[in-house]
Amino acid sequence: MVKKLITQDTRMFLTGNEVIAYAANAAQAEFMYGYPITPQNEIMHTWCKLLPKTEAGFLQTEDEISAGFSTIGGILAGKRAFTATAGPGNVIMQDAQSMAEMMRIPFVCAVMQRGGPSTATVIYAQQETRLTCFGGNGEGFRIVYSTAGHQDLYDYMIKSFNTAWKYRFPTFMLADGYQGKMREPVTLYDPASRGITMEPTPAALRAPGVIGVDREATHLRNTFNLEEELMERLDQYQVDYDAMSKEVEEYFEYKADDAEVLIIAHGIVARSAMTAVDELRAKGIKAGLFRPITIRPLAVEPLRNVVKRAKEILFTESANGQLAQMCLEKMYGLTTPYQTLFKMGVGVTGDDIVNKVESMVKKMASV
Amino acid sequence: MITTLDVKPDLAKAQNADVGASKFCPGCGHGMILKTLAKSIDELELNERAVFGCDIGCSLLSWNYMNLDSVQTHHGRTTPVIYGVTRANPGTVGIAYMGDGGGLAIGAQHLVNAATRSENLLVIVANNTNYGMTGGQMSPTTMPGQKTETTPYGRDPEVTGRPAKAAELVAAIADPNKSYVARASVSNLRKLSTVFKKALTNVAQGGYSFVEVLSVCPLNWRTNNEATWDRLKTMEECFEVKEFLVKEGLE
Repeated sequence: MVKKLITQDTRMFLTGNEVIAYAANAAQAEFMYGYPITPQNEIMHTWCKLLPKTEAGFLQTEDEISAGFSTIGGILAGKRAFTATAGPGNVIMQDAQSMAEMMRIPFVCAVMQRGGPSTATVIYAQQETRLTCFGGNGEGFRIVYSTAGHQDLYDYMIKSFNTAWKYRFPTFMLADGYQGKMREPVTLYDPASRGITMEPTPAALRAPGVIGVDREATHLRNTFNLEEELMERLDQYQVDYDAMSKEVEEYFEYKADDAEVLIIAHGIVARSAMTAVDELRAKGIKAGLFRPITIRPLAVEPLRNVVKRAKEILFTESANGQLAQMCLEKMYGLTTPYQTLFKMGVGVTGDDIVNKVESMVKKMASV
Repeated sequence: MITTLDVKPDLAKAQNADVGASKFCPGCGHGMILKTLAKSIDELELNERAVFGCDIGCSLLSWNYMNLDSVQTHHGRTTPVIYGVTRANPGTVGIAYMGDGGGLAIGAQHLVNAATRSENLLVIVANNTNYGMTGGQMSPTTMPGQKTETTPYGRDPEVTGRPAKAAELVAAIADPNKSYVARASVSNLRKLSTVFKKALTNVAQGGYSFVEVLSVCPLNWRTNNEATWDRLKTMEECFEVKEFLVKEGLE
């Protein structure tokens, strides 16, 4: 059992990467497997610095392939294990993530997005949205929380472990280099003080009992002989995924009730959008925000309801519409027009959004 | 009158009796290796501590061969899954079972780094000098002149290099104070059993073990019994069968 560092509410001024390490400890995570890649390194650094106090485990692996697969090994051994990665590391970790998806392994990973494709920048982007939701040669049986600040990083890192172990779908906390490197005030707390009980983490390998006496040997596999055998398995996964979605999906609305211009954004861009909404409202423009927190699965009904009410939509992302594509599919049949403000691999400021919305409103008025 | 012999097959406790008929091709070496491994585990009474992992390729057919907790992984990824287990649950006797492709090509970075760190597990590479499951392509251990689907005129070392020597490579980088490294052959199962028992004992003591087993693939080699055996003898000339690294005090 690891030692918890945070036993009472503690206000701290930390980088996001530090927050994630503290959150993992608060969630009683027992082991981290990781490989260096910017901008997630300080998660490992903080985790390692705290090891004498937490008595948790750490392994620096030879690459993200290994980090992903050894995390799976730790989880199968019954440990609340996790990893973190970014960019090209996220790409090569899809090998392990795909196995976790097939075998319903409660894989937990913090993704700190950087620019792409390829090596690109080490700084910031929202270009791993699609990859994190749908990477691998499968159907995207994954849960992805997109955070918008340091309190989110703390809350959703803790939540990711419980979601993964409760529903047995790989669970990701999707953030970015801005959140990882930036400092913000954050309240660290013991999850128990918020009524959060950590899900048990039973071992799949070397479970209690003697093989052949108390239990049969466990034989885990991800390969099937027949197409129908696979489909039957995946059909059940889809049923489980749909049932889970209703319990897990989360979203945040900001002044969206009477919004005529509805901004749809996730992650840190949603923070800029909130600033923009306030500025626009001060100018008499009824703007609002819909921010999916779970970007996979999406909260479809709330999304459709708020889109129906608006006169026009603005999708804005630090990517070329990766979230927008996912939303538009779920908005099929609705006729609300939309515009876009996409900056690939670059931050979106409040001013950017204000200017864009003002130009949209001008056009609306002139029509 | 027809009489049937009521003799049960000679199965190890560590073998899964429910697996039924062998899934491997007739004449395949995997069955010999796995049965020898199972009997070695029985003899050392490691059944409750063992976790068996298998790779992609023919080795994946062993996913339920053992009466041990087992996990079938991805191609080349058995080593990190198993050291992930043993890191998280010390005292586990982790076994990573793979072919020469999984060990020396797609999983080579894990082979090298697990050896360098001398992770606490036993890595077994069944070397049959080709990719069996995918239809007999050249592998890192294909011998000079050997015909495969991707070297139909024989492997030319000038073009595709010399065969990889796994045991020599691992012995050069593993920690001598923690490691046992050997190459054995299915031509001598008694010797293989001795090697496995040393390797498993070392892992049970917290060490790192690597065993390369020279094996046979008559289907892809397109060899009959006699030619299969001849090929194995040729392999034993190319790949030296011996112990390369034995931790001091390991019996």
